[in-house]
Amino acid sequence: MDASVRELSYAQAIQEAMALAMEADERVFLMGEDIGVYGGAFQVTGDLVERFGPDRVMDTPISELGGAGIAVGAAMTGLLPIFEFQFSDFATLAMEQIVNQAAKMRYMLGGEVSVPVVMRFPAGSGTGAAAQHSQSLEAWLGHVPGLKVIQPATPYDAKGMLLAAIADPDPVMIFEHKLLYKMKGPVPEGHYTVPIGKAEVRREGRDLTIVATSIMVHKALEAAAALQGEGIDVEVVDLRTVRPMDKATIIASVKKTSRLLCVYEAVKTLGIGAEVSAMVAESEAFDYLDAPIGRLGGAETPIPYNPELEKATVPQVPDILAAARDLVKGRS
Amino acid sequence: MATAGKAVVAQQQTNLPFAYRQYSAAELKEALRKMYLIRRFEEGAEDAYMRGLIHGTMHLSIGQEASAVGICMPLSEDDQITSTHRGHGHCIAKGADVKRMFAEFFGKTTGYCKGRGGSMHIADVAKGNLGANGIVAGGIPIAVGAALSAKKLRTGKVVVSFFGDGANNEGAFHEALNMASIWSLPVVFVCENNGYGMSTSIERSTAVRSVADRAAAYGMPGVVVDGNNFSAVAEASQAALARARRGEGPTLIESKTYRYRGHSKSDRNRYRTKEEIEDWMTNRDPIALFEAELVELGIIDQAGIEAVREAVRKEIVEGIEFAKESPMPDMADRERYVYTEAA
Ligand SMILES: Cc1ncc(C[n+]2csc(CCOP(=O)(O)OP(=O)(O)O)c2C)c(N)n1
Ligand SMILES: [Mg+2]
Repeated sequence: MDASVRELSYAQAIQEAMALAMEADERVFLMGEDIGVYGGAFQVTGDLVERFGPDRVMDTPISELGGAGIAVGAAMTGLLPIFEFQFSDFATLAMEQIVNQAAKMRYMLGGEVSVPVVMRFPAGSGTGAAAQHSQSLEAWLGHVPGLKVIQPATPYDAKGMLLAAIADPDPVMIFEHKLLYKMKGPVPEGHYTVPIGKAEVRREGRDLTIVATSIMVHKALEAAAALQGEGIDVEVVDLRTVRPMDKATIIASVKKTSRLLCVYEAVKTLGIGAEVSAMVAESEAFDYLDAPIGRLGGAETPIPYNPELEKATVPQVPDILAAARDLVKGRS
Repeated sequence: MATAGKAVVAQQQTNLPFAYRQYSAAELKEALRKMYLIRRFEEGAEDAYMRGLIHGTMHLSIGQEASAVGICMPLSEDDQITSTHRGHGHCIAKGADVKRMFAEFFGKTTGYCKGRGGSMHIADVAKGNLGANGIVAGGIPIAVGAALSAKKLRTGKVVVSFFGDGANNEGAFHEALNMASIWSLPVVFVCENNGYGMSTSIERSTAVRSVADRAAAYGMPGVVVDGNNFSAVAEASQAALARARRGEGPTLIESKTYRYRGHSKSDRNRYRTKEEIEDWMTNRDPIALFEAELVELGIIDQAGIEAVREAVRKEIVEGIEFAKESPMPDMADRERYVYTEAA
């Protein structure tokens, strides 16, 4: 490993990206609930307030709509705010500012302004926090032209994509799976970016393409390792960006493997899997398909409290194994 | 607009209303011209709409001109505003060119938003108008964000957020006022209370007697002004701006006024009486009141008024002509401006 590459957690990687950006540019600052001395609900901002002071690590009242709107207004007028939602579920309180204002301002004004705001959303289930603190709403925002929506799956990507988001002139929404915050991985020191809008082939294979998002990338890789022993060679594509979607990488992979399985935690219906499937069905890759396209997504229920129910509500490795076998060997 | 050391109308006559102590004759005539420009612009837009030249809908502020012009009178060109669905007056008061406004309404590329925004999103960013807004109260947090920029970047700018009485019952209003106050931001909240949010009267919608009473909950001054009295509005604006520039934080101004026209093009005026409308039009018209004061103080005479009206008439005709002759957007450009294009 390069001397400048350390093992950092996903949360540390995000914190490092924010610190680097704030050091490099006075205009960058953080806003959010309890991100100062408390360090953020998931300790992502940690001790940044000690380094940068309360004017640049600004605690807001519990006012998601107003806070998001202030971030939008600040971004329109020369600042580079990073707005942390305490939980991604609370995007629902701020949808007005995100969907009607941030996303559309540049367009409505004929290109006369830009809105370089970054919003961070701790997302996903698995923490026992039940229905209002566990959702995956990235497809909601991915449906809105004017927004960019990303879901880094590794500490390396979390840092690089956040730095890309801060440098991006348009509003970027980052969905960070809460179970990834403690995951460690190699992260280089210093500034680097990972481009928004580029998927990444995490594992090459010949028999099946799995397009996965966020934490499901890791479950797909685990499943792929197990399937190798059964003679099923799986390619895992980490989508990374929901909007704009990297169609070329997905199409090229499906043309190679002739099979497609989409795996994502959000509710299955009308989700990212529907979009990826339809996009492939419309593309030249359709003619290469040897099996129906498969989707594994969250159940059609809110996220439950009971831990066993909770696990059963979102795709797990055994579900991926079964779906992959079905697609490759045909249903038994 | 007002410059220090200039010849004001009557420095010594301290019993005169604020505007006549504060502004020169030329500045006051310019304010009158702007009020006429707003009214004739909206009449022109209404006429073009009736004749099918403009589509969609529009919200006219006829009757509210003193509020827009009075609030913007003490602003510098660098100061910023956010506006509302009823925002033509704010846009003109902040210095917009009616040519480009008409062009926007006609959907042309020469319009302020290149035909993408229309009446409801009219803006003039170069002159500090960050845009009208189709969402009631949507612009209020944005104004506070702009004020946060002004404070952090030390630009000295003040931001004025215009909104209607209907907006004072939206959560965004309350959240934004609270944060502006706790952070002492240079922003002035201007509620143009025209008595109704669409059909719903302020009495039926709002638990306090005056919107300005809400200010107490957010630790800022709440000021009620006669929104049809140009001088009273300008005075309240000047005081709130001075407070903001001193770093003392926001003010909530409630400017009581009235709209003559219906809410929008679909309004049948079933929620108010003809008498009420006529009373405001005949007895409290902001332009007539201002004009009468200017004449009484010898600042303008009948010929001068006629000259203002004629100049405005000409500007409107030229504006509509410009809009008609301007090019339509190229359909190949339909995906432009969604994202920033690579340089
Ligand atoms: C959030 C939201 N709710 C409802 C509407 C529909 N609407 C547009 S203007 C309006 C009335 C607003 O009243 P007020 O704030 O008093 O402004 P005015 O029209 O009187 O200038 C309504 C209900 C809207 N545009 N946005
Ligand atoms: Mg109203």
